[in-house]
Amino acid sequence: MSDTLSLVKSKGRALVGQRLFLPLFALFLVLIVNVIKTPAFFNISIQNGVLYGYIIDIVNRSSELVILAVGMTLVIATGGIDISVGAVSALSAAVCVRLLGSSYDSYATPMVLAILAALTIGMICGAFNGLLVSKLRIQAMVATLILFTAGRGVAQLISAREIGGKMVPGQIIYVRMESFKGIGGFLPRVIVPTPVFIAAAVVLIFYLVLTRTALGLYIKTVGINSRAGRLVGINSTFIMFLGYVLCGLTASMAGVISSSRIYSSDANNIGLNMELDAILAVALGGNSMAGGKFSLAGSVIGAITIQALTTSLYAMGVTADQLPVYKAIVVVLIVSIQSEELKRWISARGGKKA
Amino acid sequence: MNLIEQAKRKVSGSNFLLMVTIVMFAIMYLAGILIYSRQGFGNMQTFMNMLIDNAGLIIVASGMTVVIITGGIDISVGSMVGLSCMMLAYMMEIKGMKASTAVGIVLLFGIVFGTVQGWLISYLKIQPFIVTLAGMFFARGLTAMISVDQIAILSNQNFLDMANKNIYLPFGAIVNKRGIKLFPFIHPSVVIALITLAVIWYVLKYTKFGRSVFAIGGSEQSAMLMGLNVRKVKMSAYVLNGFLSALGGFVFCLNTTSGFVEQARGFEMEAIASTVIGGTLLTGGVGTVVGSFFGVLIKAIIETYIRSNGTLSSWWNKIVLSLLLCFFIVLQSVFAALRRRRG
Repeated sequence: MSDTLSLVKSKGRALVGQRLFLPLFALFLVLIVNVIKTPAFFNISIQNGVLYGYIIDIVNRSSELVILAVGMTLVIATGGIDISVGAVSALSAAVCVRLLGSSYDSYATPMVLAILAALTIGMICGAFNGLLVSKLRIQAMVATLILFTAGRGVAQLISAREIGGKMVPGQIIYVRMESFKGIGGFLPRVIVPTPVFIAAAVVLIFYLVLTRTALGLYIKTVGINSRAGRLVGINSTFIMFLGYVLCGLTASMAGVISSSRIYSSDANNIGLNMELDAILAVALGGNSMAGGKFSLAGSVIGAITIQALTTSLYAMGVTADQLPVYKAIVVVLIVSIQSEELKRWISARGGKKA
Repeated sequence: MNLIEQAKRKVSGSNFLLMVTIVMFAIMYLAGILIYSRQGFGNMQTFMNMLIDNAGLIIVASGMTVVIITGGIDISVGSMVGLSCMMLAYMMEIKGMKASTAVGIVLLFGIVFGTVQGWLISYLKIQPFIVTLAGMFFARGLTAMISVDQIAILSNQNFLDMANKNIYLPFGAIVNKRGIKLFPFIHPSVVIALITLAVIWYVLKYTKFGRSVFAIGGSEQSAMLMGLNVRKVKMSAYVLNGFLSALGGFVFCLNTTSGFVEQARGFEMEAIASTVIGGTLLTGGVGTVVGSFFGVLIKAIIETYIRSNGTLSSWWNKIVLSLLLCFFIVLQSVFAALRRRRG
């Protein structure tokens, strides 16, 4: 009898100890609560020629976060952090929309070029962060705080529109061409929202690059011990730098999708509070905030969970301004659970009891 | 020869960075007087206005200095300032509380907030940036929970009297066009800020707690081996910072006399920038609140420039300050690299 019990216990512990247990469990929890509240939660139907339903909405809306979480995972794995992602998203969106212009007949710049320019801006921002952190060895928090604050200011300056013969910054510029809406909406005759394809492609490409080349291994090494990495011949500085550049790239992709969703660039609101969501997704994915081992799959599940949580909280009548309270509590709980000190404390207490 | 050696040693380290800051402040101030003389940049009152506008920042930057000297960081201060303003406005306007009670509750909340953050950081050993990032969003969200609309403080006469009371200084008078002598004035908020600055300066320099803060920032391990209670001191630093950010919020509110959700967004950046510009090393162990005070003044001068210019968008404030922060942290890092090479 006691044998069976200990077997169950050890099996249970093995399950809990699994890397993806935490994110999957959290996702499961959020979904269960939703099903109880809304029985039609899993229903999917086709309306107006596109997929329709709660689940589709969550997966669709989580695309930007999934993309951001991929970049954030890499940065956190190198032992850093990037809190500028929201501002970089806004900046890239502003660049893209400003280049496209708001004419009804044609784009001011071809769409491909405008998007490329936005992605380049994202990578430049990432390179700036990366330079400060990897080469000049400035705390990642403070280095990325610069763009966190300045990024939206620059985005406001870029979002200028001619009013009465003068360029006035801080405007919301609308793109009037239909084809731009395809990025954040639906492509003709496709029933799945485009952002889902983009997110899936980004995850797949990053996954292949990280597992089929040595890059993933290098990033882990740098995160666990950058000095040891350097001693075995890994260019730690460059790997860290690359992490930030890729994070900037993903941030700008998310920015372009967000701006396409609203056909405009809103420097105040695009990517607002996204940095918290992205960090939360990575933490929820079972990744250590101290760097080292990472799991892309965990972060992706984490990101979808966060979006499910956001959508559920909206449904319960929580406003966008108030959301961060709940998310902040979740972040603190997750990192507290991961804390070695707490584990030691609990095991010490358990030992006393036994 | 000996004298030169001595002088060199004196200028080394944070002293050098502090001197850069003071020299920079002097140059910027003189340049301002020359360029914007027509807008009255040289008046004593312009300088006093810088202090009045930034009284809250002086207090928050003092707290930030203590935290950064321990080797940590706190980015929740801006949201705390916003939350304090909202709490004050809500309690006094909507609930009709007395000003003293409301301020007391806000300061107490600051201490509690700082204690929770400090406990998570020092006892659970969670990285300060994660904890204070969560704290930042938590406080901002809480502000929105109290009220999504702006609340202006209009009815509490005690509070408004304190906010608008002019304390005239006995020097630096100018004579206006009608021949009336105008003495420069400050508000009580400046007095609170300068007293706080002096107290923190004293605490850091002459108390056991202050010396422990420096020891921990220099090397946590050595501090522990020396027998210092590292966890307790670190936690105290965050508690102090929580209190100071609430106090800074109160002083900030004396200027704005209102509470709204977006208030003081980016304030954490201003506090960190002022501290870093003032020569406090981000790696910890080195710094002074006097430097942070000059950091605040430099930020104030940039603002005054942009306002005096009149054609620049206010977004430039944040951009220029960020660039300046960037310049100073690069300077610090170059400095650290030089020291490593020498040592």
